[in-house]
Amino acid sequence: MNILELQNLKKYFATQKAVDDISFSIEHGSIFGLLGPNGAGKTTLLRMITGIFYPDSGQIILNGKKYDPVNDVGYIGYMPEERGLYKKMKIGEQALYLAQLKGLSKADATLKIKEWFVKFEMQSWWNKKVEDLSKGMSQKLQFVTTVLHEPKLIILDEPFSGLDPVNANLIKDEIFNLAKKGSTIIFSTHRMEQVEEICDHIVLVNKGVKILDGTVKDVKNKYKENIYQLGASTIAENLMTHIFEVIRHQPNQLLIKLQHGSTTNDVLKYFINQEIEIHSFNEVLPSLNDIFIKLVEGTPGARQFQPVN
Amino acid sequence: MNKIWLIFKREYITRVRNKTFLLSTFLLPIVMILFIFGSAYFAMSSKDGLKRIAVVNDPGMFRSNLKSDSSRMLFEFTTNVDSSNFDSKGYDAVLNLNNDSAAKKFTIHSKKQLGMDGKQLIENRLDRALEKNELQKKGIHKEILDSISKESMGAYTIENRLTSEKGKSEEVNAAVNYGVGFGSGILIYITMFIFGAMVMRGVMEEKTNRIAEVMVSSVKPFQLMMGKILGIAAVGLTQLLLWVILIMILSSVAGAFLPTEVIQQAGEANKSMPGGMGGNSAMAMKILDIQKDISSINWALIISCFIFYFLGGYLFYASLFAAIGSVINEDPQEAQSLMLPITMPIVFAFIIMTSNLNTPDSKIMVWASMIPFTSPIVMMGRIPSGVPGWQLAVSMILLIAGFIFTTWLAGKIYRTGILMYGKKATWKEMFKWAFRKS
Repeated sequence: MNILELQNLKKYFATQKAVDDISFSIEHGSIFGLLGPNGAGKTTLLRMITGIFYPDSGQIILNGKKYDPVNDVGYIGYMPEERGLYKKMKIGEQALYLAQLKGLSKADATLKIKEWFVKFEMQSWWNKKVEDLSKGMSQKLQFVTTVLHEPKLIILDEPFSGLDPVNANLIKDEIFNLAKKGSTIIFSTHRMEQVEEICDHIVLVNKGVKILDGTVKDVKNKYKENIYQLGASTIAENLMTHIFEVIRHQPNQLLIKLQHGSTTNDVLKYFINQEIEIHSFNEVLPSLNDIFIKLVEGTPGARQFQPVN
Repeated sequence: MNKIWLIFKREYITRVRNKTFLLSTFLLPIVMILFIFGSAYFAMSSKDGLKRIAVVNDPGMFRSNLKSDSSRMLFEFTTNVDSSNFDSKGYDAVLNLNNDSAAKKFTIHSKKQLGMDGKQLIENRLDRALEKNELQKKGIHKEILDSISKESMGAYTIENRLTSEKGKSEEVNAAVNYGVGFGSGILIYITMFIFGAMVMRGVMEEKTNRIAEVMVSSVKPFQLMMGKILGIAAVGLTQLLLWVILIMILSSVAGAFLPTEVIQQAGEANKSMPGGMGGNSAMAMKILDIQKDISSINWALIISCFIFYFLGGYLFYASLFAAIGSVINEDPQEAQSLMLPITMPIVFAFIIMTSNLNTPDSKIMVWASMIPFTSPIVMMGRIPSGVPGWQLAVSMILLIAGFIFTTWLAGKIYRTGILMYGKKATWKEMFKWAFRKS
């Protein structure tokens, strides 16, 4: 079942088609990656999902019903890319305030904040002010305030920026935990290695339009280039064949690309016939990073302004 | 509604707990009271010196009729004193009455400037002396003249009674009305700036801290704006209330320490000041007059109107300040240029109020007290002198309609502005945001 469906969303600004007819759906309980270069329209898209912007046209369906930003507020937790907290407020009070705005009662919120603070080892922070925190610490606080009210849909815009590896792992584990408990997570980033590690499903947008949609596995398969890594000792004379093309040749290792029409068995047979011993043989799938660069490359680095009709 | 309440509560509590709030609440009345009584005291003590003035008058035409003022000026007729040696002979000034009478001009040499009232006093005495001279020339005896002036000088005071619509005559004290009107007008003016700027800074803080986006993902921008505006209004009322209480306590304490003469003197001095030179002297006068005839003023009306116009004026402008705060980025210079069109009418209202308060029923005052841009300040200036009921009603209704309109307008600018980063919005863009259909 889909928790969220976007249907033909459009949002035009005076000088930009920020989001131009994008549709996709997100499955319940999945970790969804929304990818795209800077200025692709990710933030605009997320702001429409959180109800900050209204789409010019198109529909957002949440849980099978038309999305109602006012009443569905408690359903969504949003951590924007630009972090923001009241600097002069005490940390405990800040978390309490944001939780109450999401509709939690004071007692309920206090209990949950304490739980999270224990989990993140932040118990001693309650009476400190936000301005006393380091960037990483306030990032953790921001994450806590985002997920405190147990939203069914959690939207995280670049959640790991500015975090050291230890804290990044801490947050990552919590993201997995939340997904396991049934929350759906939308995850917007341009750090591809994290996407590969965390996300089930990705959508790539560029210049306001969707250019890729699928599970990480499907996407990788779709863009694979039949490249294989072969562990064997070979010399140049062994490799005169039309079955494959050598991309990289090392004494003990080969990187080959199958020619059109050949199969992996042809390759194996070829080496076996030459009585060359094979230690290993495996397919090399493109990393999301490669796919991303390949798809986005060629479009100008910075998005140009364009007339709207 | 519940969310506005939460935002309201946060705004109120964080501000009231703030050290600057506590400092300004408790220090300002103390400083003000010290200033008023201090200046009253110094004004008094600077007048203490009875001035000895040497008068040179050879024919002696003034000799018999120029009278000294026992508390302020002592005229002594001499012959050997001139502008070069009066100081060494122990005189404060030398007045030469030997000038060519055709020029109608005498000179007085002094070390310190005489000041307006000093000069007036001398002129007054000279006039009187001349009058007596002329009367004596016409054959009236000196004894008769003296008994006439004894009978007539300061025999009556004027009490102005106004006939109200009900046909009941009420005693009015123009000075008290002036003082109360001036004081409350000025208070509205100051608080409008203080709390309007507070709203603007609060919005700017939310924007530059980037908390705005977190907030508007859980509340509507309008709720965020209203919560802040109402919260700061409550802060303002709290502060005003504390000020009133503190000023009352402190002034009665200070009044007990100062002899009543001093206060009286300060009051007299202020009454003669043209146009009311400043809020503090008006306040001194107010305090004096409150002590003198508290009963002549309809305090219930004034206080309830004050609260109404404070809130109405604040609400009218606060949302505009919020809209300005939402479109600027960190640069305070941007704030200045965008604030100008909003601060102008407030300053304008203040100028109208101060320069026309002597004629509270003049056309400009009536109009300015109706138009919501200026009405809170100007109407407060007029109320103590009595305002027809229909004018008050029209003014109040227009103010309520006005703040609903500005809040609606500002809400639309705010909604867009709060999430815009980078570029400073132009007036044209803001206008577009305000009037586009959503």
